[in-house]
Amino acid sequence: MELRCTRVFLICLLALVLAGLALPLQAQESPYIVTYDHYLEEPGSLEVEYFSTFGTQRDGGNDFHAFWSEFEYGATAWWTTELYFDGQTTFNDSTIFTGFRWENRFRLLQQEHFINPVLYIEYEQTSGADKILKEVEGHDVESDYAIPNGVARKEHDHELESKLLLSRNFKGWNVAENTIATKNLTGGNPWEFGYAIGASRPLALKASAKRCSFCRENFIAGVEMYGGLGDRYSFGLPNTSHYLAPVAAWNLPSDWTLRLSAGWGLNNHSHRFLLRWGVSREFSGFGESIGRLLAGRKP
Amino acid sequence: MTKAMARILVLVGTSAFALFTIPSCAAQKDLSASSRKDDSVYAELAKAPKKAVVRRNPLERDPDAVAAGANLFDQHCAECHGDMAEGGRKAPSLLADNVQQSTPGTLFWILTNGVVRRGMPVWSKLPEAQRWQIVSYLKSLGPKEKASQ
Repeated sequence: MELRCTRVFLICLLALVLAGLALPLQAQESPYIVTYDHYLEEPGSLEVEYFSTFGTQRDGGNDFHAFWSEFEYGATAWWTTELYFDGQTTFNDSTIFTGFRWENRFRLLQQEHFINPVLYIEYEQTSGADKILKEVEGHDVESDYAIPNGVARKEHDHELESKLLLSRNFKGWNVAENTIATKNLTGGNPWEFGYAIGASRPLALKASAKRCSFCRENFIAGVEMYGGLGDRYSFGLPNTSHYLAPVAAWNLPSDWTLRLSAGWGLNNHSHRFLLRWGVSREFSGFGESIGRLLAGRKP
Repeated sequence: MTKAMARILVLVGTSAFALFTIPSCAAQKDLSASSRKDDSVYAELAKAPKKAVVRRNPLERDPDAVAAGANLFDQHCAECHGDMAEGGRKAPSLLADNVQQSTPGTLFWILTNGVVRRGMPVWSKLPEAQRWQIVSYLKSLGPKEKASQ
């Protein structure tokens, strides 16, 4: 495990060094942590992100802090590809690396429409101890997370996750809806389903004439709701978890974005409280820098 | 799925990533360099629907619109179009007559919809007012001859 952690660390470090060769770019990021809107990464740009989730746990389990890093790259104006590394600390238990995900988003229509669809395809290789709660699907319930790390990590999941992302901007508001369908490729598990919906708006729609950190247009506030929809044999809202979370983002002129979300479980199957936060920085021209490095030219 | 299959999938994935993304960046540069000289890139402007072309800039009398638009341009557009909108490795000059003679509505339409297959992303994630502010800034630049004086 130590060797694997070292490798992951080295990969992250290399990505950060390479990102440092690119120019920082002012981000205009949405505040959602679970829900996706239809906007992709700008072509050639790399966004490096770190997120944390603090979750409370009933049923005799320990509270936990799950964390993940994302490396999001705009391959083209219609395709964004992203790599995740997940880990978690369960209090009074241990800290472990829980797996990785490779996500791809494809814009289906070239121009803006009344509703804009994006296809999301992800492969994930995680252990049963993964707790990042990036989405809720099937019959995910709080008691699943009470299993000690030593036992949960022995379960290895290879999942194929697809989402249809629908989103629209209207009078400054963004409204987004995601439908999730996941198949665990390990064993004969059925397709599982989930949802996420969100709405958000900047506090001001016009930009200020001067650059500023605390201008209202730099703050975006909203709310998101996410949960499971059961599986192929028992589709529906019962016997799974659901959350409602106000969200906020602060897009700093210094190229950083900070996000905060406080999520409340809406039924007894949910964690009572999930506190999430994240920090990200976008680097433009990353792909070009790599291309030049490979061609042996000065970045 | 066995571990071996998972490893193969990861290997195929990373290879696909390298094959498609990194060369595409280098290619994007070359393509953009040629597109600067290629007027066909400006043909996208003619694709704006009539309804969009005739839209007026609601901020044209706003005294702060040009300054705010300049900031927004610097943050979101200059990396590709150049600091002075003179064109860059990836994207064409916005001082060209084709752009400067376009109506504000046309520029707003292009900003909103992007030119996805040529690599320009949609910018509808910026609120309408901010897109109009960028249009105000672009129109304030005037054609190339004026800008170079």
